[in-house]
Amino acid sequence: MKSKRLIRSGTLYIVLVFLSLLFLAPFFWMVTTALKSPDELYMFPPKWFPSSWQFENFGKAWNSQPFNTFLMNSVIVTFLTTLGQIVSSTLIAYGFARFKFKGRDFLFMVLLATMMIPWEVTMIPQYMEFNYFGWINTLKPLIVPAWFGAPFYIFLLRQFIMSIPKELDEAARMDGANSFQIYYRIHLPLMWPIIVLIGVFNFLSSWNDYLGPLIFLNDQSKYTLTLGLAQFNGMYDVNMEGIMAVTFLISLPPLILFFFAQKYIVNGVSSTGFK
Amino acid sequence: MKHDLIVSTENVSVQTKRKINWGRLAPYIFISPWIIGFLLFTLGPLLFSLFISFFDWPIVGEKTFVGFSNYATMFTDDPLFWHSLWVTVKFAMLFVPLNIIISLFLAILLNKKLKASSLFRTFFYVPSVISGVALAMIWGWVYNGEYGILNYFLSLAGIEGPDWLNNQRWALLAMVIASLWGQGTMMLIFLAGLKNIPKDLYEAAEIDGAGKVYCFFKITLPLLTPTLLFNLITTIISAFQQLTLALVLTGGGPLGSTYFYAMYVYENAFKYFKMGYSSANAWIMFLIVLFLTMLVFKSSSVWVYYENEVKNSK
Repeated sequence: MKSKRLIRSGTLYIVLVFLSLLFLAPFFWMVTTALKSPDELYMFPPKWFPSSWQFENFGKAWNSQPFNTFLMNSVIVTFLTTLGQIVSSTLIAYGFARFKFKGRDFLFMVLLATMMIPWEVTMIPQYMEFNYFGWINTLKPLIVPAWFGAPFYIFLLRQFIMSIPKELDEAARMDGANSFQIYYRIHLPLMWPIIVLIGVFNFLSSWNDYLGPLIFLNDQSKYTLTLGLAQFNGMYDVNMEGIMAVTFLISLPPLILFFFAQKYIVNGVSSTGFK
Repeated sequence: MKHDLIVSTENVSVQTKRKINWGRLAPYIFISPWIIGFLLFTLGPLLFSLFISFFDWPIVGEKTFVGFSNYATMFTDDPLFWHSLWVTVKFAMLFVPLNIIISLFLAILLNKKLKASSLFRTFFYVPSVISGVALAMIWGWVYNGEYGILNYFLSLAGIEGPDWLNNQRWALLAMVIASLWGQGTMMLIFLAGLKNIPKDLYEAAEIDGAGKVYCFFKITLPLLTPTLLFNLITTIISAFQQLTLALVLTGGGPLGSTYFYAMYVYENAFKYFKMGYSSANAWIMFLIVLFLTMLVFKSSSVWVYYENEVKNSK
């Protein structure tokens, strides 16, 4: 019996290791390419490890374009959208979860339905709208909408708030707290795990966003990192090692964030709404 | 009634303090950011998009009302419409089932009792973290016909690989594979669904002498159908919105083989500046997505199994 189980878990491990290699190989290939010298790039069969590690590739590629400016823009957009989503989505979710009011269920249905609207449909009028506000070629079109909440985050937070015992609210109300104080003093501290989750989700989607910057920004000084990287692709005087070096650097913040937040991501996905 | 209203507004300064009931208004104040955002960035643009779709509306210059002619042109006189739609449908027919099967398979493997399963879970999820342009860059290099690692692996098996992204026959498949790579979230959702299946069901079946395959089809799959429904709908929607990868990697080529419908909408708007026509394109896309979602929802009453249904029928 015991040996049979050993064989079974052994094969399982082999399958998992093989699949992991499949998932990680492109990634590994990116990192080693970034560290190669130009003459080792174009070899077949490919060399997995560079014979001399070219760490200066990173600096060279980064400085070949104003990537410092792009980084600054990405940081501003990501920080302000994440802050906006957290502030607005928690307030809205609290409103939907804790009050009975006319039209609540209908409005919540509408909120959920908006998740199905393809972005392509609202893209052109939004462009015209932002153009009218004079926001094209600024970071505002990327930041401002985030301050009005996102349906998916609101949904997750509402589910969570509904699991907080109502007795807590009632006790606070007895002590003279108003609705905002109940939100701020009681619910907000309890919501932290979900706030971290939506913070991470929003960081990733904002940091990785390409279409928004592509449509709303024209001027290179306003570009975000993804836009800078995509533009990098089309230039003939840069080598693969440079492209891979910048790709690696741009992927680093999401990876680091994921490393520290993975507990929240995994638990968050499994505990909220998908039961 | 009208008279009452006038009277009460006259006394407004005296009455407001008593009349405004903050307790009643509070919920609306809390949700007001969403209401404003919805009107400003969703409903307004949605209706305006429908409005523009009946016009010939270049970004500069006069707009002219053309009725349904944008829609008529699309169906009768624009081969690119049918072409891009067909490319998207082909993509979806490959991507949707493969995505569901692969992420379910991975989730089942990770659901087994193993010490290192959280480590493997991390490995499978990592590509989803860096998606977008970075993903496109990496795959562009992997697919390189002469020096890429994909063809290297194929050569180990004695197969001479094509120049993936420059080959009309293989470029779309290349898009499917690259898209599958970044789909770890679906795997996590399946994993969550699997963890919610009560263990005693399997124990009971085992006592009855049921085999692994029987358990999968009679317990796992039926209890997982609500999760499956969610994943199916989100995958279909994402398949129809596929754009970034093609925009960065192929620009729709070679010979239009990766010219997705979303790219057609995008180019009509921001390359050819046909705002009216592009809005009509976008509305057709909306209707297709809506139709497919409804179809899945309607069919779900046949194949989705809800626990409470069984409890009620007992």
